Order: sequence, then C-alpha cells, then structure tokens
Amino acid sequence: MEIILDVTDLHIEFHDHDQPEVAVEDFDLMLGRGEIVGIVGESGSGKSMSALAIAGLLNRKSLTKSGRIMFNGTDLLTCDRNILRSYQGDEISIIFQEPMTSLNPVKRIGWQVEESLFIHHPEISKAVRKEMAIKTLYSVGLSDAEKVYRMYPHELSGGMRQRVMIAAAMIGNPKILIADEPTTALDVTVQAQIVELLKKLNRERKTSIIFISHDLSLVSQLCERVIVMQKGNIVESGKTKKVFKRPGNIYTKRLIAAIPKIELR
Amino acid sequence: MNENTVLEVENLNVFYKNNKSSLFSQNKKIQALFDVSLSMEEGEVLAIAGESGSGKSTLARTIVGINRDYTGRITKKYENDTPQMVFQDPYSSLNPAKKIGWLLKEPLRVDRNKKWTATEMDIRVKEIMEEIELPMSMLERSPAQLSGGQRQRICIGIALMRSPKLLIADEPVSALDVTIQAQILELLENLHKKHGISIIFISHDLRVVYKISDHVMIMKDGRVVEYGKTRDVYLNPQHEYTSQLLKAAGIIQE
Amino acid sequence: MSNPGKAFKRNIRENPYLLAGMIITALILLMILVGIFWTPYDPTQMNSAEKLQGISLRHIMGTDNMGRDVFSRVMYGSRITLLIAIGTVAIGTIVGTAIGAVTGYFGGMMDEILMRIIDALFAFPSILLALVIVSVFGTGWIQLLVALGIAFVPSYARIVRGEFLRCRNMDYVENARLQGVSDLRMIFVHILPNIKGVLASSILIGFNNAVLAEAGLSYLGVGSQPPYASLGKMLSDAQQYMFTTPSYVLCPGIVIVLMVLGFAFLGEGISRWK
Repeated sequence: MEIILDVTDLHIEFHDHDQPEVAVEDFDLMLGRGEIVGIVGESGSGKSMSALAIAGLLNRKSLTKSGRIMFNGTDLLTCDRNILRSYQGDEISIIFQEPMTSLNPVKRIGWQVEESLFIHHPEISKAVRKEMAIKTLYSVGLSDAEKVYRMYPHELSGGMRQRVMIAAAMIGNPKILIADEPTTALDVTVQAQIVELLKKLNRERKTSIIFISHDLSLVSQLCERVIVMQKGNIVESGKTKKVFKRPGNIYTKRLIAAIPKIELR
Repeated sequence: MNENTVLEVENLNVFYKNNKSSLFSQNKKIQALFDVSLSMEEGEVLAIAGESGSGKSTLARTIVGINRDYTGRITKKYENDTPQMVFQDPYSSLNPAKKIGWLLKEPLRVDRNKKWTATEMDIRVKEIMEEIELPMSMLERSPAQLSGGQRQRICIGIALMRSPKLLIADEPVSALDVTIQAQILELLENLHKKHGISIIFISHDLRVVYKISDHVMIMKDGRVVEYGKTRDVYLNPQHEYTSQLLKAAGIIQE
Repeated sequence: MSNPGKAFKRNIRENPYLLAGMIITALILLMILVGIFWTPYDPTQMNSAEKLQGISLRHIMGTDNMGRDVFSRVMYGSRITLLIAIGTVAIGTIVGTAIGAVTGYFGGMMDEILMRIIDALFAFPSILLALVIVSVFGTGWIQLLVALGIAFVPSYARIVRGEFLRCRNMDYVENARLQGVSDLRMIFVHILPNIKGVLASSILIGFNNAVLAEAGLSYLGVGSQPPYASLGKMLSDAQQYMFTTPSYVLCPGIVIVLMVLGFAFLGEGISRWK
C-alpha cells in the first residue's frame, strides 16, 4: 500500500502555565492511500491535538512541537506557511464535531462549500464552481442539492449540516480527510448515516480518513486500524478486530468494558 | 391509583409558549407532548429514550413541575416529596460561585418540612459524601476545581440530600467519558438497590438504557412510540422506529 | 487559587494595570485622608497679599484669585468629589441592581414596563438629566449626588438585567428551584454572587463617569457652593486665570485625571484578574 502520510515522534507541549504540559508524546502514524484509521481516547488523551497538528492548525505561540509529519515529501511541521496553506482544505481537509459552529451563519451553503475551491483553484470559473458544489452536495446524500445550495445553515438540521461540512471538505478531492468526532453531536440514527457516508466516500474516491472518536463501537464499524490513546500516549494500536477481541493493554480493556454489554435472549 | 404506584401520568399534553414575550407579540403556543401516559411502581427504573426533539426532557420537566402549562393529570404518591433532578451537563448544573459543602447543604437549609440544625446538616453531608464516594476534603472546593465525573457525583448527592422518593436523571452520563460513564451508572444502580428509590432515566443511548432500566418508553416527536418492559421491547420491537434505533445502536443486526 | 495571598502576589506581578491602579488610587486616598485632619492652610482662608501665586515652597500648588492655598482646597475638594462619586455609584448600583434583578429574573409584563421607563431615562444624556433634577431641587452637593445617582440607575439596571437573563435559565438555577429555594433567596444568594465580577468592573467604570460628571456639573455651577470647593468647581473658577496662573487650573485638573486614571487601571486590573 502506498504510504501518503508518515508521522514520527510527534511531541506537543503547552506552556500556558508555570509547568509545561505534555499533550502528545511519541505519536507515530503511517496512513496508507484509501485507509481508514481510528484514533480512540477520552477527553485529554491528545487525540484531537494530534489531528490538529497533522492538519497544521496548531499555531499558538505558547506551544512547542517536535517530530516529523511527512506528506508529499514535505515536513508539515517545519515547512513554509504558504506551502502548508496550499495543502489545507485542498489535499488535507478536516471536519469538526460541532456542525452548528463550524459553518458561518451569515453565508449561504453554496458559498461555504465553494470556499476552498475559490482559494486553491481561482482559475475555475464561477459556473463550473457552482456545478462542482452541487455535484458534491449531491454526493454526500443531499438529494435536494440545488435548493440546499441557496440555503443558510440555520435552515438545516444537524445531520444535514454535518453533510454540508463533509461536502465542503471533499470538494477539492483531498487525499486525507480528518474527522474529529464528526458524529458526537448527532442523534444515533443520523450517526449511522454519516458513518455510512464516510465509508462510501472512502470507497469511491480512495480518500484516506483519520477518524477521531471516543465511541469504540462507531470506530469498530468504520475503521480497519485503530490507535488507542491515553494521556498523550499511544497505549495500543493494530487491526481493529484484533484490538477488540484481544486487547493487550489494561486501559483498552477498561474502555471496552465500559460499553454496556447487551445479550438479548 | 394503585397502592404501589409512585407516579401516574395520564393523557399529558404539554405546551410551550413562544418565549419571546413582548408587549405586542401574540402568544403562540407550541405543543411539545401529545397524550403521554405512564405509571411507575415503587422502586422502578423507567427509561425514556429518544432522539433530540422527541420531548423526553419536556416530559421530565413537566413531572418535576418546571413546565406548568399542561393538560392531563400527574398524580404522585408522596405529596410532600419534590422529585429531584440530575442534569446532563455537570458543568452548568452547579452554581460556580459556591463551595461544594455549601451546595450540598442548600436543600436542607430551604427544607420546608424540617428545620435542620448545623450538626444534623454536617452529619447528613458526611453520609451523602460516603454514598457518592467522594472525600470530605472536597467540600471546601468550588465546582471549577472538580472533574466532570466528580461534579456529576455531587449533583447526585445534592438530589439525594432530602431522600426523595423519585429521582429524574436527564441524560446524566452523556457529557462524560465512557469510563466515567460506567462509574456513574454503577453509582446510580447501587443507590437504587440500597434505597429503593424510583428513577426516571432519560437517555438517547440504548445500551445504557438496557443496562439500567426495568421499563422503557421510546418517544418520537412528542409521542410515545413504544412502552413496556425493557427486555421485551428490545427482543421484540413492535414499532418500526424502535428497531431503527436498535439497529443504529448496533444492538440488533440489519 | 487555594492561597489567596499567593494569587494576589502573582496578579500584582503579571498585571501592571492592577499595580498602577492601586498605587495611584492609594496616593489619592492618602491625600484625602490626610486632608480630613490636616491641611497646610485653611481651605477657605483668604489672603489678599498672596493672590494668584505660582508654585512655590510656601504654596506647593500656588494660590487662587482670593489668595487661598490651592493644595489645601484640592485636598478638601477631592474629598467632596470622591463623596459624590461614591454616593452616585452607590445609588446607581443599589437601585439599578434591584430593578435589573427583579426584571431580569421575573420577566413578563413588569419587565416590559420597567425596562421601557429605563429606556426612556437612558435616552437622556445623564448630565442633562442631572441638570433637570438639580434645577427642580436646587443646587448643592447633596442634590447633585442624588441627581447623578438617578441618572446612573439605567445603565446598571441594564447590565444586571442582562446577567440575570443569562443566569436564570442555567441548570443550577433550575436545580435550586427544585430544591424549593424561594425567589428572593434565588436572586440574592444564588444568582447575585455570579455576577459580582461584571458588577465590580462596571462599578469602577461608573466611578470614573461619576467623577467626570461631577466635574462637568460643578463647572456649570450646580455643584457645591462657595466658599467650599469641589474639583470641578475649582476648574470652573480657575478658567479666567488660565494664562496668568496656569498652576491654578492645572493642579485640580491633574488630580481629576489621576483619580479617573487610577480607577480605570484598577477596573482593568480586576477584569484581568486570573
């Protein structure tokens, strides 16, 4: 399998208080083309921090990063801001947990979906942009794409908003999609639909997905490989089925035991 | 009403006023619940499950008396007992300006049925802190210094201070990490076993519901879709929506 | 947080506003306190031999057009100005908080009516409103104090009402209501402590506005009457001698600026308190 992202020894430290706080330590990740990897952990485990670092979104002053994030032959940690920007939203996209706040309330859906095209491919004409946006909206399961294109975020339900977010992330056909708890704020039936959608996009477009969640059962439905994090460290990683059947780490065992078991009949 | 029934709700319809009360706006009423009935035995755990907007929180708030605009009947066996509630978000349900010890004593200070002396209060606080398995040193802290799980324990403690007969837990574990969820559920189960307190447990998580409840009520758009013994409902869902929920939660296969 | 002394020290070190505000305010307060018991000269004692003198060792802020010692008069006048400022803010805060708390907490028709009255009051510039009140009840610093106090009520009522609206639907308020907490207890014991931060900084800002409003109104001649002085009154008396004896107008002016600056820094420092 072709490796498209190679993270080695990622280390993130905060300096907000008197003592530096380690958020992520020795994080390694190799992501193959078309692969779905899950990162699982509880709040404070560093799973979101790692993802934000990969997306190049950690730029606070009070923070030190070390290690390597290799993508397309460049190290995203040390490369020029302009190179990083040319990847963001185009080659590497990210969707967040809260579809309510990640969309701009005063802009139409169409504008928000087209935004990354407008930035990265200004040569594309307005008409073509619109056509692509509607096609993408359609592909994320919004059958009424033409109408949705003209709507505002508040006119959509939570599930539809998250679909719009995914459309905005997918319009540039990114190589990597980072999904940071994309279903946590949604109802269970909608959750299942979004997971199905991610599977479909992965199958059809060969997009690699990093799926971050605290929900082990969702991760087991979607991901081939899983990384379990606790307090900034990777405590276990491997094929999802194997990790679930024979967890090698005490913390992983505790996480699995925390899911209420249901034995019907 | 049956001897053993602790709570009975008959044909409940609940309305919301359009909350923008202005001099000139007309009062539009929105109906949030349609014809809900239920009855709870003493010591029962009834789960109310449904997705957002299904009206499950509205039902809870009407039973405890926060929503007053309803038609239908709510009958409680213990008239002097106000049902207590545990809320979803442990970060907003504790007054940030107060110390934990103060918060725990507040239900006793405002108790209309009994005048508590300072020593009695201290004894009661100690009992409750043992029940919710937190050290006494926490009494001097303020809510901001506690973790989510600890806060939720305090909320449960506050609800239990006057030994209520009915406890309503509105998504008490949804905002917590999974391992903490398991601990809080265990605590609730222990308290239920020990004191025989009746609990209405509101949740969207059908796995959690199965673990804790005797009866379950599935709600959708303000209406009861299905109501019965939890095991029966899960084994043999009568309604299409129930099986849809169970499938989405990965409990029954497609 | 566990050690208040330590937190205070850290804040002083990392928060220059707080330190500067405390030093300036302390100096002003010291001057006023000393002025109660001792002034270099009697602030009303005229001396025709020493009219309109500049800064000298004998008179460190010079003398005025009647030969009175400006420093003694500043010491006395700051006291009046401070009293008016404290009184104004006290009236504004107490009445404003009461109205804001009741309207914000209960809402409904009473909220509508009271807030429309407050809006109407708000529509007047507060100095104009005070002028109207003073012209009805006469001049003098007590009247000025009451007038400014009433003029300050609307802004506090608005701030407090907004905070109560924010708090009244919080889970912890609902929780307390379920326990049987009465409305009055809810307002004063449960909700009010949560808005003390907002209230504290608006009180300090109000202080500044009060000092400035007092100076402005005294300048217009409706404040304290001769021979007694407030800082604003002194400014107004001094304006015709601005070019002959600049110290006469500059000294009270600088004291006003320092007073306002001190409170402003203090307010900024408190709002940045960690």
